[in-house]
Amino acid sequence: MTLLINRFSKKYSAITAVFLFVLFAFTYSVKAENNAEVTNQLDSLTTKMVTESEKVAEEVTGHHETEEEKFNTSEVIMEHIADAHDWHLWGHTSIHLPVIVYTDKGFECFSSGKFEHGHAIYQGANYNYKIVKHPGEQKERIKVVDANGNIDEVASASVIDLSITKNIASLLFSVVVLLIMFISIANGYKKRGIGAPKGLGSWLEPIIIFVRDDIARPNLGDQYHRFMPYLLTVFFFIWFNNTLGLIPFFPGGANLTGNIAVTMVLALFTLIITNINGTKTYWGHVFTPHVPLWLYPLVIPVEIIGLFTKPFALMVRLFANITAGHILVLSLICLIFIFKTVAVAGVSVPFVVFISVIEMLVAFIQAFIFTILSALYIGMALEKPSHNNDHH
Amino acid sequence: MTGSIAAIGAGLAAIGAGLGIGRIGGSAMEGMARQPEAANKIQTAMLIAAALVEAVSLFAVVVALLGNG
Repeated sequence: MTLLINRFSKKYSAITAVFLFVLFAFTYSVKAENNAEVTNQLDSLTTKMVTESEKVAEEVTGHHETEEEKFNTSEVIMEHIADAHDWHLWGHTSIHLPVIVYTDKGFECFSSGKFEHGHAIYQGANYNYKIVKHPGEQKERIKVVDANGNIDEVASASVIDLSITKNIASLLFSVVVLLIMFISIANGYKKRGIGAPKGLGSWLEPIIIFVRDDIARPNLGDQYHRFMPYLLTVFFFIWFNNTLGLIPFFPGGANLTGNIAVTMVLALFTLIITNINGTKTYWGHVFTPHVPLWLYPLVIPVEIIGLFTKPFALMVRLFANITAGHILVLSLICLIFIFKTVAVAGVSVPFVVFISVIEMLVAFIQAFIFTILSALYIGMALEKPSHNNDHH
Repeated sequence: MTGSIAAIGAGLAAIGAGLGIGRIGGSAMEGMARQPEAANKIQTAMLIAAALVEAVSLFAVVVALLGNG
């Protein structure tokens, strides 16, 4: 699809060149930093006309995210939804987050600013490091390089990257905010006793009651209070981080719940809590299902796989929903750069606002679904023996 | 070429999920219109069912995304 759009934009870039000259009067031109390199990279098949118009396009769009000769949509989108070693603030300003690497020679800690966005090599105590980003890969990786700047793949294999990346910084930020919020309202209840809530409590109490009455009680029955701490934590964590991810600037913008590792850990918690609390009846369904004996070799493996597919679905659902939302918003913004005219912004920006409002709803629904399905799975594990199943 | 096939796969997954969620939503609307007092319960059940349908299509989308790379 990207290929098609690229081809389309190439074909029409001659026409848009006319627009671009008009635009040129309004837009301050920023010198394209690697113009020489850009010209070399140009496809030899493109006509001179196209080359000229693309050069102009580069100068107009040069001050945006990319300084490439051609706007690579999927690369820009992937860069925005992926994790990073620095947190972009505005223009060329970003927070350089600490890099912590563990190699066979021990720990090393330094600022990611030393890499100068992948242009420089950092000379550490044990090795020389460089950030490498392969074209097809989303993630930027820290590799060991030798004196000449060549990647040492053998030594790179031992690098364990434990850096405080953008996602981790965002995670810590959200944890601090959530702790302050909930500890302060808990103290408020302690001080005033149970009664009409005040301040932050009056905003959060209905949501806590909603989690209790609509999520925990119907699925967990009389044992709901045991799982309320987990369900509330997971609900508010996902909801808060989903919403934080929708904010396009600092301290939002990190795609935390759209990171499969984060959702995997959340799903793992549900898996562990479900199976630790499994009753005899629950395990009985897995290992002694109510089917003829000759079906056991077929049914038992299916049941065992079933234990893992449920949290797996939780993991993929949250990851895919949030990532899809981010990709949608970014690709609508990218339309402006694909067609290389600001006129498109008149259509795409209102549409982005509209999608963002829907994403606010999705952020809530996904938190709700993750929590209610967790409650459902835990509720299934708490199952008491029923009289219908006793005679087998 | 693989990119185009992955895109077709993602599109097919969207068709399946669209049909599934459409039916769930339509039936839930019907149910709510017949029994407005049960709207809350129907809505919760609808969301769970929609999430389960969606999960299958999201598996397909993720596979398409991985296959693309």
